[in-house]
Amino acid sequence: MSNPGTLAAAVVGADAFRAPLEGPRGARPRRALSRRNIFLYGTLIVVALYYLVPLYVMIVTSLKGMPEIRLGNIFAPPVEITFEPWVKAWATACTGLNCDGLSRGFWNSVRITVPSVIFSIAVASVNGYALANWRFKGADTFFTILIVGAFIPYQVMIYPIVILLREIGLYGTLWGLIIVHSIFGMPILTLLFRNYFASVPEELFKAARVDGAGFWRIYFVIMLPMALPIFVVAIILQITGIWNDFLFGVIYTKPDTYPMTVQLNNIVNSVQGVKEYNVNMAATILTGLVPLIVYFVSGKLFVRGIAAGAVKG
Amino acid sequence: MPSVAVRNLSLNFGAVPVLKNLDLDIEEGEFLVLLGPSGCGKSTLLNCIAGLLDVSDGQIFIKGKNVTWEEPKDRGIGMVFQSYALYPQMTVKGNLTFGLKNAGVARDEIARRIARTAEILQIEPLLDRKPAQLSGGQRQRVAIGRALVRDVDVFLFDEPLSNLDAKLRSELRVEIKRLHQKLANTMIYVTHDQIEAMTLADRIAVMKGGLIQQLDHPQEIYKRPVNRYVAGFIGSPGMNFLDGAVSTDTGAPRFKAEGIDIPLDNYRFENARPGAAVFGIRPEHIGINSGDDWPFSAAASVEIVEPMGSDTLVWTRLGGQNLTIRVSSERAPRTGDQVSVGFDPMNASLFDAASGVRL
Repeated sequence: MSNPGTLAAAVVGADAFRAPLEGPRGARPRRALSRRNIFLYGTLIVVALYYLVPLYVMIVTSLKGMPEIRLGNIFAPPVEITFEPWVKAWATACTGLNCDGLSRGFWNSVRITVPSVIFSIAVASVNGYALANWRFKGADTFFTILIVGAFIPYQVMIYPIVILLREIGLYGTLWGLIIVHSIFGMPILTLLFRNYFASVPEELFKAARVDGAGFWRIYFVIMLPMALPIFVVAIILQITGIWNDFLFGVIYTKPDTYPMTVQLNNIVNSVQGVKEYNVNMAATILTGLVPLIVYFVSGKLFVRGIAAGAVKG
Repeated sequence: MPSVAVRNLSLNFGAVPVLKNLDLDIEEGEFLVLLGPSGCGKSTLLNCIAGLLDVSDGQIFIKGKNVTWEEPKDRGIGMVFQSYALYPQMTVKGNLTFGLKNAGVARDEIARRIARTAEILQIEPLLDRKPAQLSGGQRQRVAIGRALVRDVDVFLFDEPLSNLDAKLRSELRVEIKRLHQKLANTMIYVTHDQIEAMTLADRIAVMKGGLIQQLDHPQEIYKRPVNRYVAGFIGSPGMNFLDGAVSTDTGAPRFKAEGIDIPLDNYRFENARPGAAVFGIRPEHIGINSGDDWPFSAAASVEIVEPMGSDTLVWTRLGGQNLTIRVSSERAPRTGDQVSVGFDPMNASLFDAASGVRL
């Protein structure tokens, strides 16, 4: 600022400074159609189309009647829009003996997903909190065992769990499946919560201890309100994971209590009669709707939560 | 009866000893500063006193009561942290009341204590704000308030000013000193900043490697450091160290190095012995061209001149060794000048070259 040379020049050549200087000035101009932009947006559009075309075909097909589908133009929009396939998929499609469509499976899935999500997240968040903040004896061993659990293939444990559930009388019930989902969600959720709570400054925890708060009071009053983003992440992971599960659903429940995915399979793969493509498409979209809505509603929170878990402070 | 007493305290993290058989007595109402570089165990010691770390061996007494196995809340301590550690989702008021609510203090008593604390720290207008809406200095004030409101005997400060900028730091430093004069509580204060230590402390404990090197009044530590480590750590700019040897060949002890011969008649020896030694003299105790009659004076050449405002730091070479001198800016020489430097060995410190212990 007070460089004497600059000051002197400013005084002597004051007029010269007032005239606009030559050469580039301000923001650099950017061409809208530069090669970089063409590549960038071109790639993005191609990838987006790649993912969206199947969805488009599904929606279009589900809105057509069977005669129109038989014409074979799968990309053509429906000439006559009909919602009948959707109604049929939801209410009257037959699976085995039942002819009440997907609605039964939907409510089964709700009754499986909601308690599983609540139970697994409640337990895992306390696990993660205890592991991150209360360095109890054997914490590392416990954590290692839990993480190793995440790497054992599910298939290995299917039969032992069948026996276990049979012995405690929960085989074939919704509660049996809820317990299975909660247990299998535990390693990854605990890891998620532990890492998040480990990123909370340790001094905050110490301050709370000096302030006389105990294990549960610190958890509920201090930690929980700060952990909202990671709870959203966990809820999304669990809802989509449990809703989309097919394997456990088909093994640990009975036809009456089949979740939506299993019922969808039974509708789509039924061998008798004509293949009703429009009903199948509608049923598939209906089944996928719940995770889709969850993503749309909480997408922003999800990204924020993932970022919060990754970055310290 | 000391306010806080630490007896034979040891702490190991796994196989690594962090505190080694440490003893410390802190008087009622005393302001004690634990000073040392990072990793010296000063914060660990504070955490042990607070009860946030379990000790491996030894005892801790607060107000004569053995609190070695007590929970932090039952020790009668309040603690202030470097990162403030305010609960982000609570208002300032919520932060202050949290501990009292946990202790089941009556509502009107809580209100009274909040009012008093807010008045002492002048944070009344902030009570309904969230920590995110406060500046660094305000946050630290609230953090101090959280300790204050608990009405405890002992205050523990864990580098409370290290996250603040230089100006705010000196302001809050004065405020903490004022607070101590007003409350007259026992305070234990951890810092790596020697200025904070010198200005605040009644006594300073200089720590290194899990051991207390010297525990004394700030002036005493400044004047008579017990070893070379303490001498180098305290004082800014740092003490000059000249390598050489103490010789008693000619009767009276002298410090000799290449081109240097310092008479030690004025020096108060603690244990005089000839042999390799380090001669330490502070930059502010050396005169340049002063014309005074120093017991020791010699010619030196000026290498670098660092103006610092009121003072100027002059780097000279004396007999092949570095010697920095602090002079008032009006009297500063120019680079390349030949000057006469002089000092009184009475102000110096002599250390054994091998062990670093004061001679």
